[in-house]
Amino acid sequence: MIGLKFDKTKCVDCKGVFCLTRCQYLQLDRDTARKEWQKIVDGEDSFVLEACTTCYACEEYCPFHNHPFYLIVERQEQKGILPAPRPIITMWINQCQPVGRFTVGKVDERMLSYCFLPHFNTLVKGKLFDDTAGAVVFGQEFFCNAVYLHYAHTSVITERLPQIVANIGKLGVRELICLHDECYGTFTSLAPAYGIEVPFKPVHYFEYLYNRLKGLGKTVKKLDVKAAYQRNCSSRLAPETDKLVDDIFSLIGVERVKREYDKENALCCAEIIRMGKGPALADDIQKRNIDDMVKAGAEYCVFNCPACWDALADKVARKGIKPVHIIDLCKLAIGEAQSLKLPELAVEV
Amino acid sequence: MVTTNAIHESLVKIVGKSYVSASREEKYFYARDGGLMPPHEPDFVVLPRTTEEVQEIVRLANREKIPIVPAGAGLALTGLVIPQKGGIVVDMKRMDRVLEVNEKARYVIVEGGTTQGALKSYLQKHHPHLRHSIPDAPPSATVVANAVIHGQGRLAHQHGFNSDMVSGLEVVLPTGEVCRIGSCSVSSYWFSKGPPLPDLSGLFLGWFGTTGIITKLGLKLYPCKKLRDVMVLLTDKVELVPDILLRLSHTEMVEDTVISAQPLPLRFRGTFWIMTYITGDSDEELEFKRKMVWDAVWDYFQSRDVGFISTSPEGKAPLLSMPSKDTTRFADVAKGGGFQYAGPITPIEKFPAFIRKLEEVAAKYNVFYGSTTRLIGSGHCMMFSFSFSFNRANPDEMARAKRALDECSKFALEEGAVLWKPDVDEQKMIMEKMDPNTLELMRKIKRLLDPNGIMNPGNWEMR
Ligand SMILES: Cc1cc2nc3c(=O)[nH]c(=O)nc-3n(C[C@H](O)[C@H](O)[C@H](O)COP(=O)(O)OP(=O)(O)OC[C@H]3O[C@@H](n4cnc5c(N)ncnc54)[C@H](O)[C@@H]3O)c2cc1C
Repeated sequence: MIGLKFDKTKCVDCKGVFCLTRCQYLQLDRDTARKEWQKIVDGEDSFVLEACTTCYACEEYCPFHNHPFYLIVERQEQKGILPAPRPIITMWINQCQPVGRFTVGKVDERMLSYCFLPHFNTLVKGKLFDDTAGAVVFGQEFFCNAVYLHYAHTSVITERLPQIVANIGKLGVRELICLHDECYGTFTSLAPAYGIEVPFKPVHYFEYLYNRLKGLGKTVKKLDVKAAYQRNCSSRLAPETDKLVDDIFSLIGVERVKREYDKENALCCAEIIRMGKGPALADDIQKRNIDDMVKAGAEYCVFNCPACWDALADKVARKGIKPVHIIDLCKLAIGEAQSLKLPELAVEV
Repeated sequence: MVTTNAIHESLVKIVGKSYVSASREEKYFYARDGGLMPPHEPDFVVLPRTTEEVQEIVRLANREKIPIVPAGAGLALTGLVIPQKGGIVVDMKRMDRVLEVNEKARYVIVEGGTTQGALKSYLQKHHPHLRHSIPDAPPSATVVANAVIHGQGRLAHQHGFNSDMVSGLEVVLPTGEVCRIGSCSVSSYWFSKGPPLPDLSGLFLGWFGTTGIITKLGLKLYPCKKLRDVMVLLTDKVELVPDILLRLSHTEMVEDTVISAQPLPLRFRGTFWIMTYITGDSDEELEFKRKMVWDAVWDYFQSRDVGFISTSPEGKAPLLSMPSKDTTRFADVAKGGGFQYAGPITPIEKFPAFIRKLEEVAAKYNVFYGSTTRLIGSGHCMMFSFSFSFNRANPDEMARAKRALDECSKFALEEGAVLWKPDVDEQKMIMEKMDPNTLELMRKIKRLLDPNGIMNPGNWEMR
């Protein structure tokens, strides 16, 4: 039976109501938070449902792993609350519909998932991928669908995700190396939360990169640079992977600069927020985030999610910080070139 | 009547052997365009280099009463360069120079066959702070022909039809005289096609080469700002589109607005994409304009009826490229390279009705459809395209596409639109609906300018 496994008794025992009191956008005292959360649990109206920016962070803040964010999304959908304009949601639902257009490379027990992101065609190159290159799935048929959490459409996820999981399972894949962080979050958090069985082992690509770098031994050179790390919304679904960033950085001699908006207090790329709440909040988030990187003395801004890259790479570059995807950063450490770059900034007039 | 050979020889004398052809291949090629009108072969194809050569060709044709059809790239797609009655096709491609740019009066003078692509690169190289209104036709389309058919380009929202931007003409009349139109008839400056004189440019623009061959054209240029951006607005409520367009236009910040509606690729299905182009010399200027655009539709955003897509620099690149390659890509959706659109010029309030008609007709004739609408002027009107793509190797599909187009054109006329670059059938529909006194005036003008009816016969043929 597919449905959110939410245990309301866990919330009764919760002292901090961290899901709401730690929210970076709501500023609620504990009593108000408790009252509003109870309303959400009981399926009543709460202003929180309208105000939610869908940043995913409350998933990480809940000490009981009780999926507060998934519950918020469920309630938004039940009440017809639209976190983004309807045509944007329609566009997303249509765009990622599985219609039999996908790519399956060499079928193997261990495969890379590009999700539905063409960036990986550019990124996946060189020695790091020697033993997996070509064993790839890409396209709507393998798209994790977590994005609909931003659009209050859990129903699309529960409708499509079982088939996506089955598509991968049918290939006989044992280990799926998820290059899109959001896929990993989907298979390790979202799917189990909804009782969707995952018949393969999802592997986060950070783990894959770390092991590859280890395997490459002396070829790996220390880069000796300072970098700000740009956490993405879906990393909140699998916060345990954040430690792997530090592990990779220490292997390749990258200092993760200490800054206000990192780790649990990270700010997302804000483009989803722009689509839902408008430019003022999104611009403010991006400005605070980038100013913080500059203040911390970052030379590089290291991206995990290609969508964050799309949103921020150009903007950090304008502030003199070099944007780089973490895969490319690892490539730099083994003497290979960065592949994902900004397009020519001069716009054709 | 002189023999075909004698005419061939005369043409060779005028332009040289390499630039006249009556070969089967050439005739096959010049008999058709990329659209749906039936082909008809010319007897000769000739490529002049100078105004004098054009004059001599026209004199010869007038003397011998041979039909003559001026041709650009043949991309109007409605058969306007198909020699309906044979004769001589005058391909203007060799008259391809940019003759003068007046930076201070912001105009350029081009020859009769200069292409959009050539003008664009010339300006980028030599006058990067000036630009013209580039249409989304392939770059081989010619500047003159685009003005002749009242085309619209990337500055249509701010400055209207490309023909509104004409600032002077040199024309070879059907009887062979060369005539200057506008300020250049009195002065060495080409700053105005008419005012303060009687505006005679109307004797040639919109006439599809039936009143003369334009050998030079002055075109207004506009400031080219350093930065350019596109904001993509989406709505799923067709009835809101006219109001959104009016609001965008009210900001007076937008230089071009294009609305896409098509069922494929899937991301387009069920929504209308409004591409809104802004420019600025600084980030601050752009940011201010972005804010104006957001503010213009803020209540629709709050009611969740209108959204803005976040687009990466990579994602924006194809939208910002001029011409847009998307239309050309759509043109080959059905594979087999067939594409034609009826593009009525219509008040913007008609958008919802036209969309409904497009969907109805596409379903009825089972053809693949799309629509790209361009706002012209400050909401004064728009070009709404009923576009169909088809496989040229499939005659049945082509016939269905043609019937679909005819039905859309008829509908558009009934709804008060005027058909843009109409094919000969559509021209007849227009003339049937036209005020008889206007039609009579057109007939008199045509007879006066082209007494022997040699110029692009079949087109604007008033009984
Ligand atoms: C994919 C695609 C996209 C398009 N997008 C646009 C767009 O955004 N905006 C737009 O305006 N159009 C568009 N078009 C339509 C068309 O291609 C253009 O308007 C183009 O400028 C026509 O130029 P041409 O040289 O191909 O004209 P042709 O088809 O060669 O000629 C058009 C008419 O002009 C006459 N003519 C040509 N040269 C002369 C001359 N020297 N003197 C007198 N008469 C002459 C011809 O006899 C004919 O009647 C598009 C077409 C395609 C295929």
